[in-house]
Amino acid sequence: MSTADHTPSESAPDAQKWADVQASDDFKELKQRLRKFVFPVSGLFLAWYLLYVLLADYAHGFMSTKVFGNINVGLIFGLLQFVSTFVITTLYVRHANKNLDPLAEKLRNEIEGDGK
Amino acid sequence: MNESSPILNISIFGVFVLITLFVVIRASRNNKTAADYLAAGRAFTGPQNGIAIAGDYLSAASFLGIAGAIALNGYDGFLYSIGFLVAWLIALLLVAELLRNTGKYTMGDVLSFRMRQRPVRAAAATSTMAVSFFYLLAQMAGAGGLVALLLGITGAGGQAIVIAVVGALMIAYVLIGGMKGTTWVQIIKAVLLIAGAGIMTVWVLGKYGFNLSTLLGAAVDAAPKAGEKILGPGLQYGATGTSKLDFLSLALALVLGTAGLPHILMRFYTVPTAKEARRSVVWAIWLIGIFYLFTLVLGYGAGALVGPDAINAAPGKANSAAPLLALELGGPILLGLIAAVAFATILAVVAGLTITASASFAHDIYANIIKKGREENGNGGGDDDKTDEVKVARITAIVIGLVSIGGGIVANGQNIAFLVALAFAVAASANLPTILYSLFWKRFNTSGALWSIYGGLIVTITLIILSPAVSGKPTSMFKNADFALFPLSNPGIVSIPVAFLLGYVGTILSKDKADPAKQAEMEVRSLTGAGAEKAIAH
Repeated sequence: MSTADHTPSESAPDAQKWADVQASDDFKELKQRLRKFVFPVSGLFLAWYLLYVLLADYAHGFMSTKVFGNINVGLIFGLLQFVSTFVITTLYVRHANKNLDPLAEKLRNEIEGDGK
Repeated sequence: MNESSPILNISIFGVFVLITLFVVIRASRNNKTAADYLAAGRAFTGPQNGIAIAGDYLSAASFLGIAGAIALNGYDGFLYSIGFLVAWLIALLLVAELLRNTGKYTMGDVLSFRMRQRPVRAAAATSTMAVSFFYLLAQMAGAGGLVALLLGITGAGGQAIVIAVVGALMIAYVLIGGMKGTTWVQIIKAVLLIAGAGIMTVWVLGKYGFNLSTLLGAAVDAAPKAGEKILGPGLQYGATGTSKLDFLSLALALVLGTAGLPHILMRFYTVPTAKEARRSVVWAIWLIGIFYLFTLVLGYGAGALVGPDAINAAPGKANSAAPLLALELGGPILLGLIAAVAFATILAVVAGLTITASASFAHDIYANIIKKGREENGNGGGDDDKTDEVKVARITAIVIGLVSIGGGIVANGQNIAFLVALAFAVAASANLPTILYSLFWKRFNTSGALWSIYGGLIVTITLIILSPAVSGKPTSMFKNADFALFPLSNPGIVSIPVAFLLGYVGTILSKDKADPAKQAEMEVRSLTGAGAEKAIAH
């Protein structure tokens, strides 16, 4: 039912079910796979962004160094931020489709299947 | 500007309004339940929603503001767009899917899931409305400046009338169309905006033999004062130690704010599953990224072809760079088209913000606090009475619309970029820490949530009031007073870490225990999508 409310009035067996799933190996594996990807990658892209911002903020000379024509280091680094964003997006989608979705679907079917 | 024709501009904009109103009315025929009105029946596809997200996100500040900043300040303008884009990775990796799986209509659904409902919902609704209000003000204030430029209306009274018309149109879209209609307006606008910017980009590049280096060289030649400096960072923010720190602060708010913007978060409920939510973010990232690459070319193109002096002399200054470039390239007709797109941009973003704020009031405050309270006292209506929520949302939309018209008229002439940065700072401080803690930290509890939301909100707004943007400088809101105790215009560098810390301290100091049963339910739901709200088939 789309109008089912999930505010605190769930009955006890339901609560037990959620706890059981949370303790199951499949769920732990799913959580692991998600966190092992998103936490390090988030750290990485935030560090790379911060490095870029600090360079743009405090290393004007370096960023203004011309590489070819009027294209300088700053512009290349900026465009690389676009590239890294696109690449991470693509990698995450591949990871999620391959490693997360099948397991999530299996668990979802188990939970919703046993007569709600 | 004498080539510009206000009548042509108004006509093209009128056509846009007629087409979108027609679409909105058609789309709204199936609006029956709260899920229809507030979440578009959860029936949009990922790509559709992704385009709508781009429409919601690429505000006038993005289009006119960034192009103008690049035209005048060169590289420093480009830095904005990078923050705005990279921010989407946080939404993609940490927020979108988990939020879609655990909530129904609002950010408050997720934040209050495993907490005591009333206080946390009230807090979430408060910060939703605070962020939406700052963002609304920015858009409405922008509308005034844009009008001055495009329609040749320079008097404050005339601009006020136009702001009121924009506000009235927005109320109409939201009342008639609900989330479904609003989403279609976003989609139409995003397609027009990205296509328009794309055509202009190719046009500009074509003038320089499709060689970016040549274009940059021309921009340098056209800027005798700044010269080579427009190609490197520092022109706008590099002056002093304080301004450098200010830039760092802004960069933090931009990258951490996006995933806490309520009107963006709410868009994830318009799709049927978490997988579609993911697809929509992917579409949004590509569209927004490509658009910002366009603005890079448009900004330097405006610098090269129009020149910084002409831009500075135009009404609206930096904001007029993109429209002036359109006039230079394609004459009055292209200017009219771009002007209509810019108007449409403001209109669509404002409609998206209004429906978000009204949904939060109707769902978090009315349905879950006021009405539940009445039911518990034994004199409430039946639970099936979801149409009440829609009625309240509609009334709230009218109130918000009127308030933002008033606010827009008062704020007319304020710096748009400043107001938008403010909304991002509040979102990054009050919302993001609370969202991340409730999704990923088992021990997080009601008291922690209240500390991080209210704490983040109070610290951010206090620092803003004490900043040089509000008082003490010739460019401040109050020029004649000086209570600027805090040296930075953007509070992010202080307020974001403080809010994270408050959420942590509030949690560990409280005797409140996290509810392990609700935590289990929330974690399992968020990762598997079990029991998530489904699409409505009509």
